[in-house]
Amino acid sequence: MGRLSVSLCGIELDNPVIPASGTFGYGCEFAELYDINCLGTFSFKGTTREARYGNPTPRIAECTEGMLNSVGLQNPGVDAVINDELPRLKKCFSKPVMANVSGFSVEDYAYTCAKLDGEEQVGWLEVNVSCPNVHGGGMSFGTNPAAAAEVTRAVKAVTTKPVIIKLSPNVTDIVEIAKACEDAGADGISLINTLLGMRIDLKTKKPVLANRMGGFSGPAVFPVALRMVYQVACAVKIPVVGMGGVSSAEDVIEMMLAGATAVEIGAKNLVDPFASRDIISALPETMNKYGIENLRDIIGGAIDG
Amino acid sequence: MREEIFKVTANDVLTDNVFRLRLEGCTEGIRPGQFVNIAVDGSFLRRPVSVCDVSENELTLIIKTVGKGTGWLSNLLPGDYLDILTGLGNGYDVTSSGDKPLLIGGGVGTPPLYLLAKRLIEEGKSVRVLLGFNCADEVFYEGEFEELGCEVTVTTVDGSYGEKGYPTMYLPEDYSYYYTCGPLPLLKAVYDTASSEGEFSFEERMGCGFGACMGCTKKTKKGYKRVCKDGPVFRKEELIWED
Repeated sequence: MGRLSVSLCGIELDNPVIPASGTFGYGCEFAELYDINCLGTFSFKGTTREARYGNPTPRIAECTEGMLNSVGLQNPGVDAVINDELPRLKKCFSKPVMANVSGFSVEDYAYTCAKLDGEEQVGWLEVNVSCPNVHGGGMSFGTNPAAAAEVTRAVKAVTTKPVIIKLSPNVTDIVEIAKACEDAGADGISLINTLLGMRIDLKTKKPVLANRMGGFSGPAVFPVALRMVYQVACAVKIPVVGMGGVSSAEDVIEMMLAGATAVEIGAKNLVDPFASRDIISALPETMNKYGIENLRDIIGGAIDG
Repeated sequence: MREEIFKVTANDVLTDNVFRLRLEGCTEGIRPGQFVNIAVDGSFLRRPVSVCDVSENELTLIIKTVGKGTGWLSNLLPGDYLDILTGLGNGYDVTSSGDKPLLIGGGVGTPPLYLLAKRLIEEGKSVRVLLGFNCADEVFYEGEFEELGCEVTVTTVDGSYGEKGYPTMYLPEDYSYYYTCGPLPLLKAVYDTASSEGEFSFEERMGCGFGACMGCTKKTKKGYKRVCKDGPVFRKEELIWED
């Protein structure tokens, strides 16, 4: 075991750095730039039962130290991911990948996860429960503990792979939802998804995004994400994957001190395609600077008791 | 795609709000119609800018000041450095041009046609260029295209310079193929009026600029395409116009 290695739900990672879903495609754009086997793993683009176009453009807006996106889960659908993307990935990535799954009904989640359960290269299922529940009249699975638990149970019933539930920060009490997922059998929790935000163009006096609102991410959200990771890590026994504005080796260490077993890098990959690789390279020296021998020893180090 | 550091060697004013940056650095592999993505101080996202010209160690960009990011770029001085992702997008297909290609540009859609014209002239093509602007004060690069050896017609909407009206009102009788870049209404007018096959360069708000985020998707007859990676140039037969 190296100084950077951690174990996430029983699977060893060479390091805790994981490019986040939606910022790394299915890996091949980045594999053209560098050997992505240096990563702990990565979470691939949110995949649904059917192909989805997503929302109208513009889907991107600039913010102070961050960005809004309203991509809307554009993806080719689980069958195309299995038939086209995963075989392509196998050629450039030899580690288990984290499969990010979204859905619009409990059945959708179970269907997509069952299909991905059959894929050898899928190590973990990261289940995104912050999409609108079209069956429930617009309520989000991720904003209701009972609904989040229901998805967790449905997914756990169709897979033997570790199930990590990805939570939305757009809730009153994220701890309550995390605990509901843990009680329903989740193997891990990842957070935070993007924060709902908005920009208005002063020239047109209309929202910048065609979808009006979108998810806010980038360095500006880091303190909010860190706080929520800390709160959830204090309350659950299963591993927590921290994300939200992480942009440096220092941020990775801070997230781990707050209780994260592994750390996802999101928006930073989009402005610096080498960011995840460079953060991994910078970790040993940063650990030396702060007197850290092994990363796995600092997980939750800032939590009292 | 490459990440390179460029040194600013000149920043020239072309019109009230359009400026030209000359940058020194590695330009390997950059093709006509591609774009670069520039890291800008004080902004989170990079700024995508089409390539106007390249030579062995020089990159030329023409930029319109529209907001904070381009405002910062407009104030660069010789000796300043920029972090730039180069070689982004597919670029124009120079091999489709035929012998008498027509290049149609509108406003700051004009710059990417310059490197294209240069390549076509090098290959011995007879290049006609139609450049559309709003008024005389906004006209730039007419002389530069002429110096390459292109036959240039400039139009202005108010008639204060060149021909009055829009480029599509002055399409020549005979051309083998066309390439266009400019505001959407111009692209649509070219699509509706021009008789040959051709290529269109599109603009969209981008996240990454290299195909990872799905921020700039465009619906085409061949499925959903990323403007940054599968485009920004699309062939006429791929296009779907939606209101």
